[in-house]
Amino acid sequence: MDALAPLPRRRFLNWFLGTTLGALAASIVYPIVRFASPPRIPEATTNQVEAGDVSDPLLREKGFKIVRFGAEPVILFKMSDTEYRAFSATCTHLDCIVGYQKERSRIFCNCHGGVYDLNGRNVAGPPPRPLTAYKVNLVAKGSEPAKIVVSKA
Amino acid sequence: MIERVRGWLEDRLGLSKLVELGSHKTVPVHRFSVFYYLGGMTLFFFLIQVCTGVLLMLYYRPSANEAFESVEFIMTVVPFGWLIRSLHSWSANLMVFFAFLHMVSVFFMKAYRPPRELTWISGVLLLFLIMGFGFSGYLLPWNQLAFFATKVGTDISGVMPFVGHWMVRFLRGGDRVSGGTLSRFYGWHVALLPAITTVVLVVHLALVQLKGMSVPAAGEEESSRRKPMKFFPHFALRDLSGWIFALGVLAALAALFPWELGEKADLFAPAYENIRPEWYFVFMFQTLKLVPGGEIFGIEYEAIPILLFSAAGLLLILIPFLDRGAALRGRSPGWSIGGVAALLFALGMTCWGYASLLPLYVVLISTLLLSLLAFITRGRKSEDR
Repeated sequence: MDALAPLPRRRFLNWFLGTTLGALAASIVYPIVRFASPPRIPEATTNQVEAGDVSDPLLREKGFKIVRFGAEPVILFKMSDTEYRAFSATCTHLDCIVGYQKERSRIFCNCHGGVYDLNGRNVAGPPPRPLTAYKVNLVAKGSEPAKIVVSKA
Repeated sequence: MIERVRGWLEDRLGLSKLVELGSHKTVPVHRFSVFYYLGGMTLFFFLIQVCTGVLLMLYYRPSANEAFESVEFIMTVVPFGWLIRSLHSWSANLMVFFAFLHMVSVFFMKAYRPPRELTWISGVLLLFLIMGFGFSGYLLPWNQLAFFATKVGTDISGVMPFVGHWMVRFLRGGDRVSGGTLSRFYGWHVALLPAITTVVLVVHLALVQLKGMSVPAAGEEESSRRKPMKFFPHFALRDLSGWIFALGVLAALAALFPWELGEKADLFAPAYENIRPEWYFVFMFQTLKLVPGGEIFGIEYEAIPILLFSAAGLLLILIPFLDRGAALRGRSPGWSIGGVAALLFALGMTCWGYASLLPLYVVLISTLLLSLLAFITRGRKSEDR
């Protein structure tokens, strides 16, 4: 278009009002979107937790328990008197919390039938990935039952 | 493409009939026309309340242990949380203010004359509902002010004959104001009152459309001489301009004077000095303070003003049926004088309650602004029919 062509008043006003309304809309929508997005609350990073001792009746009877690892659930189960294993308890399929089936020696998710073996590998059902492994150490102190310490692998 | 979508919708919804209907809607023009905008302004603030209220619900937690902290979280951590909450509080007050103004103007224009009795009644109900919103919403931040206001406010219902005791327990969700009260007030504030308000509001707006605007006796001659204004686009444009202006004022108030949060409610701390309810309850609050203790015929003195205020509320609803002069002749100076007296009483008591003339100035400035608006929008002779 010729730079010197006259700008009709209607076009001028349309642009002026359009941009003004656009700015108004943006100044309303932006705070709402920001407000609706949950703020990030920094969580304390957890590197290891103490998960009771080996005499825990839960471990004796059911063979496993869910340990709070910061805000994350971790499944701890007993292989033998001297061997314990821990994995992230969050199913890799859709975020449910898995359980341990002692008699069938497997980790099972009741939500959609996801199956993991005792190494945390997804072996059947819908889970797409294995469970993250955690390290377990037994700390014996004198005659007291040994303490179970779960830490990041 | 757009034409096809429009055609598809038209076949199913018949929107063109609505558009046709809207194009015929007109608004009478006379020197009191400016009062026709007050209801729309109240509606605007109501819409702001709905939007900001829904947003606040994203973070608010209605329990005695968490309510205050969650509002604190909104005010300090959530981006723009302080703005959303301040908008909600400011807009609530402006909504009450404009609802009052709307009612007062409708009262003096005698717009409740037949056939608009139901419009008036639904309007008064809406005002009561708005006050219910104000009262229930006041408790939600669970701060000292909220706690004492709710203690006093719920205690007042105890003077009602026969049902008083039950009312207090019903309102409080137990014998005293506690976390149980908070749960109830929250439920009423975000579910029950909005549901009822939506229905009454739809009825109110439908009646306004059905019966059209009322023309006061003093404006009849002028209104018959002048051409009425088309609602679309002329009246709607003025309405929208007013809304944009109101949005600007509201945003400025919320940004420059963010609403305070105060201290968390302490159920075992004395009430602090100069504790007062929201401004629209102050005239009743001040009246109650003036009544001494004692009883007459088995009725406690303090029950008398409370029962009188309840009777006044009932009277307000029944005005269209009681004011025969307005119904027959369009004029009823007695009722107008009574209205002025009631307003002066409320204004005087409010000033006394605040020990300040600020309420008087607010009323004077609003009157001045409205007169100015009426003058600006009076139109020109050339617009006569």
